[in-house]
Amino acid sequence: MSTDTAAPANAHGAPPSPPPPLRLVHRGRVRQLDAVPADRTLLALLREDLGLTSVKEGCASGDCGACTVAVADHGPDGALRWRALNSCIRLAHAANGCAVWTAEDLTQDPLIARTGPLHPVQQALADAHGSQCGFCTPGFVMSLFVLYQGRPAGTPVTRDEAVEALSGNLCRCTGYRPILDAAQAMTALPPATVDTAALHTLLAAAQPAAQPPAPLPDTAAPAYLAPRDLDSLLAARARWPHVPVVAGGTDAGLWITKQHRRLTQVLDVSRCAALQRIDTQDGPHGRTLRIGAAATLHDAFAALQAHWPSLRDFFGRFAGQPIRHGGTLGGNVANGSPIGDSMPLLIALGASVVLLRHGARGPEERRLPLEDFYRGYRQTALAADELVGYLDIPLGNGTAWPEVHAHKVSKRFEDDISAVCLALALWRDTEGRVVQARIGAGGVAPVPTRARAAEAALRGQLWQADTVRAAMDALQSEFAPLSDGRASAAYRRAVLGNLLWRTWLATAAAPDAPPVRLDEHAPWQALLQTTAEERA
Amino acid sequence: MNAALPLDTGTGPACGSPIAHESAHAQVAGRAPYVDDLPEPRGTLHAAPILSPVAHGRLRGLDVSAALALPGVRAVVTAQDIPGDPVLAAFAHDEPVLARDTVQHVGQVIGLVVADDVRTARAAARAVRADIEPLPAVLDPRTAHAQGAYVLPPVHVRRGDAAAAIAQAPHRLQGAFAVGGQEHYYLEGQIALAIPQEQDQWTVLSSTQHPGEVQHWVAHALGLATHRVRVECRRMGGGFGGKETQAGHVAVWAALAAHKVGAPVKLRLDRDDDMLITGKRHPFAYDYAVGFDDGGRILGLELSMYVDCGFSADLSGPVADRAVFHSDNAYFVPHVALHSYRCRTHKQSATAFRGFGGPQGMIAIETLIGDIARHLGLDPLEVRHRNLYDDAPAPTWTVPLPAGSTPLPPRRDTTPYQMRVEDNILRPLIDTLAERCRYAQRRAAIAEWNARSPVLQRGLALTPVKFGISFTATLFNQAGALVHVYTDGSVLVNHGGTEMGQGLHTKVAQIVADELGVPVARVQVSASDTARVPNASATAASSGTDLNGRAAQYAAASVRQNLAAFVCGLDGCGAGEIRFEGGWVLSPKARRRFDDVVREAYANRIQLWSDGFYRTPKIHYDKTTLTGRPFYYFAYGAACTEVAIDPLTGELRVLAVDVLHDVGRSINPAIDVGQIEGGFVQGMGWLTTEELVWRDDGRLWTTGASTYKIPAAGDLPPHWRIDLWPEPNREDNVFGSKAVGEPPFMLAISVWEAVRDAVASARRRAGLPADGPLPLDAPATPERIWRACQAG
Repeated sequence: MSTDTAAPANAHGAPPSPPPPLRLVHRGRVRQLDAVPADRTLLALLREDLGLTSVKEGCASGDCGACTVAVADHGPDGALRWRALNSCIRLAHAANGCAVWTAEDLTQDPLIARTGPLHPVQQALADAHGSQCGFCTPGFVMSLFVLYQGRPAGTPVTRDEAVEALSGNLCRCTGYRPILDAAQAMTALPPATVDTAALHTLLAAAQPAAQPPAPLPDTAAPAYLAPRDLDSLLAARARWPHVPVVAGGTDAGLWITKQHRRLTQVLDVSRCAALQRIDTQDGPHGRTLRIGAAATLHDAFAALQAHWPSLRDFFGRFAGQPIRHGGTLGGNVANGSPIGDSMPLLIALGASVVLLRHGARGPEERRLPLEDFYRGYRQTALAADELVGYLDIPLGNGTAWPEVHAHKVSKRFEDDISAVCLALALWRDTEGRVVQARIGAGGVAPVPTRARAAEAALRGQLWQADTVRAAMDALQSEFAPLSDGRASAAYRRAVLGNLLWRTWLATAAAPDAPPVRLDEHAPWQALLQTTAEERA
Repeated sequence: MNAALPLDTGTGPACGSPIAHESAHAQVAGRAPYVDDLPEPRGTLHAAPILSPVAHGRLRGLDVSAALALPGVRAVVTAQDIPGDPVLAAFAHDEPVLARDTVQHVGQVIGLVVADDVRTARAAARAVRADIEPLPAVLDPRTAHAQGAYVLPPVHVRRGDAAAAIAQAPHRLQGAFAVGGQEHYYLEGQIALAIPQEQDQWTVLSSTQHPGEVQHWVAHALGLATHRVRVECRRMGGGFGGKETQAGHVAVWAALAAHKVGAPVKLRLDRDDDMLITGKRHPFAYDYAVGFDDGGRILGLELSMYVDCGFSADLSGPVADRAVFHSDNAYFVPHVALHSYRCRTHKQSATAFRGFGGPQGMIAIETLIGDIARHLGLDPLEVRHRNLYDDAPAPTWTVPLPAGSTPLPPRRDTTPYQMRVEDNILRPLIDTLAERCRYAQRRAAIAEWNARSPVLQRGLALTPVKFGISFTATLFNQAGALVHVYTDGSVLVNHGGTEMGQGLHTKVAQIVADELGVPVARVQVSASDTARVPNASATAASSGTDLNGRAAQYAAASVRQNLAAFVCGLDGCGAGEIRFEGGWVLSPKARRRFDDVVREAYANRIQLWSDGFYRTPKIHYDKTTLTGRPFYYFAYGAACTEVAIDPLTGELRVLAVDVLHDVGRSINPAIDVGQIEGGFVQGMGWLTTEELVWRDDGRLWTTGASTYKIPAAGDLPPHWRIDLWPEPNREDNVFGSKAVGEPPFMLAISVWEAVRDAVASARRRAGLPADGPLPLDAPATPERIWRACQAG
């Protein structure tokens, strides 16, 4: 076990209560680990405590995927959920009650039917010469294993699916071609099925006891508290407002690995059933899409994409898949980074954030337009006893905002942070007049922000070149972006306007004209097609 | 016959076969251990480095009290704790093991904290306060050059009279540009585990491309003879040049810490620390003037290279030399003046990186040729063609020769450093590729498409590579190996090379298997170990297989000769009549199993193991004038790349890549293709997304994968075709093969030139001049492309 079992006293002077036992489903049984510190990462637990050294630390920031493990649990809908997660920045306790696999487990787990000396995923990768130095390989194996598990046996994997599944894995040796080939070849090998019935049983047996035991302990602050019901969660928040709040942990992990902070206490909101939910509600102003703060980015994006299919490519560029599987929309919003990509979009969609606090008669809600939630660089309106509860996205009487355009510009297309992000929601009448426009911008101000001047320049005007030019001018003059390693202020300002211009060009282009965007899948494919024709 | 050994029937030669990497199955199964995965000896402690927060300053003192007060901290190690030489045993002897009186870059290691666990050590290292009086820092090579601040003296290579030739040429271009450095981003960070042994002896487990140097440096710092230190490396999680010298620092630090606390110490650098501490590819800045005729033929070139070496020499001398050696790439330049300035800046000490200066040399002339073509309104491929080395007579002398200058060679086949290009295959290679990828048709189609496209512009380029193979430091072109045949007929090979993923051990096993005529599965290659083969050169310069493969082949041949002589004695025949094939030993009289022969030979006291030694023939050169024959042969290749850019944002997509590359006769086509693909993508990263950013105070801003972007799976162009040129090496090299590690990296210059082609198109559409040098530096990030599309 780690050496820091003697945790320092908390803000109230009392030492934290001992961490709850941690149970994992591993190689066909439930393994219990005691006294795992609140800030132990899953990577450290697997490598150092369980000796599973195939799990590699490459970056310790969730960017390279060498630490990727496969995790299965019962998702919010109760169904078996397979996820590839970055163990380097995931708290070990966040895996409590889950099944975990590493690369060496695939040939050792009695729940996996053996078809040969290697699992088909591994065999395909070896056959395709997909490993050179091999250090990233176990992480690729696990991303491929989750891709493999998430589909009916034998169904072919497309190139796009392979790229998406591997979007969080970096390889410095191969150039990826053989790995993508392996992803497409693996399902043609004899299938290795997982005994899901046994897995369900084991998962049920591994479930942690309800937390905390009511009533809340009087003196000892929790070392790791992950309440499932909202009342307990809010009560804990009110009682211990200084305890760090963690959701998906994709940011909190960095406090540990990069800022070298010790967290002796953690309040984990990700187990709270009420906050995991995504549903549609009817209210006085029409329908609302309500996304719980603990819903994963993956699930949240899927729900948004169901209403606005054009957002698919934008969501595909949000981090890598393991981060989308692990991180939460609420965490992204609460974190308040000016370069977070979900906020400009949510602002454009007119989203409100619902803040929750413990009340005598149940949870008390406070609702703010998202753009008003941000008060300064990494500062929000969240009070010490509040938690981000829900994101409410108005749907009107169908889907509000018939047109939504989201743009992101970054050095690398996949898994990179925006230099500039622009989201535009547009409602045009039959004559082409802009009835309503909302614009969210990222990377151009200390906070994710709303471009009100540009909106005003569009509102009531015909959607045509001179209108858009005027809105571009407004957009470029209403922010004072900074220069940093991602981009200069001048570039950010210019591109912010150009992205609006590109939106206009895309809407105005003739159907058979060459595409105007490189950052979307369809034009990218169209370009390839013409390339192929010329080559034929 | 040992049941554990594979059957000897039906196996053909191993060389030429695309067999899997020797560790492939272990790697995919998660059972291939790296240094950090090995069981730690009892009592192992963990170290973390204390870093300078200042780029340049006087180090007045360290306050370590807060660090020592943390529970679990055992010691702080500083320069005072070095029992041997406090200056690293690097060849220039200019780098302190730990900063002493001054600090010379942000991230320079001042000391180490040793603690019970790595988290405590890292937290404690951050609690150390350094008292530093800041001094002025130089952060760019041009400023250093202006101040005359060099890590090594400038080098000039001249032939003819470049200034006069340029002045008299019908056309001239001149300008300046720059290319960025590159972080290796080996997925396994730097790591070493130093284990004290009995009687002042040491074992060091190091992730290193150069165990011999680690051994030398550790012994030197500990004040011990070299034989006291044994260094072992089974495999690295990537190297790319970043673990050539840089692994030595880490191992020395671990050993010093272990020496102070008297216990094994592991030092595994956190990624951010690794990027802050260790050297990277050298950034280059250039000034140039080039004169050329109406057809685009270069008549004279003057090129100044300002090499950003960082604070110490490290390998900057040979890197800068190689840049000079490759600033011709594939082209004959009659009158030439090359100036190489090895500039000292207050940054990480730049080091080896795949290509080793070759890319920085080559990109200069490829950039110039692209500009020349646009200036003349010619197709760049046509201009490239016209400038290729060939057997034609060199132009007659038209300008008066300055006293003492080198005259022009009689033919267009001699490099500026006086080496004749004897094995040139580029003309047929380029023509084959151009035909295969339909260069001309696509060129026309792209022009038509660009004219119709409202925003996006596409670009196309086909560029060649000619890369010299041999260490430029001639003495490193030697290697040793040991081949052991055990009495059951199994074979163990140890050689001086290291395995970093490039498949060296696999190729060496193939070579030894064929030499002994046994299946490759019988041959095991052991970990690299300084106690077995001494004084081995770094596994670098693409030379791993050429050198170690040959040495192992010689060792195996020696064992084979012993066995053949033994069989001759049994059968009364000549040694030349004995064949070793498929696990059999065949004489005119009998057919015997290899393992039977081995067993009988052992019983007759025949030596079943041998050493092998190889040194590269033909090479020599004068280090002061950089003239001679530094390379045994050249590796060639060419790539055609198509890209699309968005001038509104500068975004870039690489659409299609076709490669035709020369690996000679391939020992392992799967491994060679893997090297070509991986090298290309890494080169593409260097020239596109991989931007190193230093802040104004000299601190590297890009210290992690969140800010430093190497290519991801989605960056692989969907059209991707790699072909091998079907001709053996014309020089006598192992199996007729050619080195492959580095040359393909420079195929990615086709991406750069395709981007510039697209930028020129965008500029023309915007009504901006596109017939002069394009205002674009590398890497071509979105912001840089956007700027280049509109800069006046």
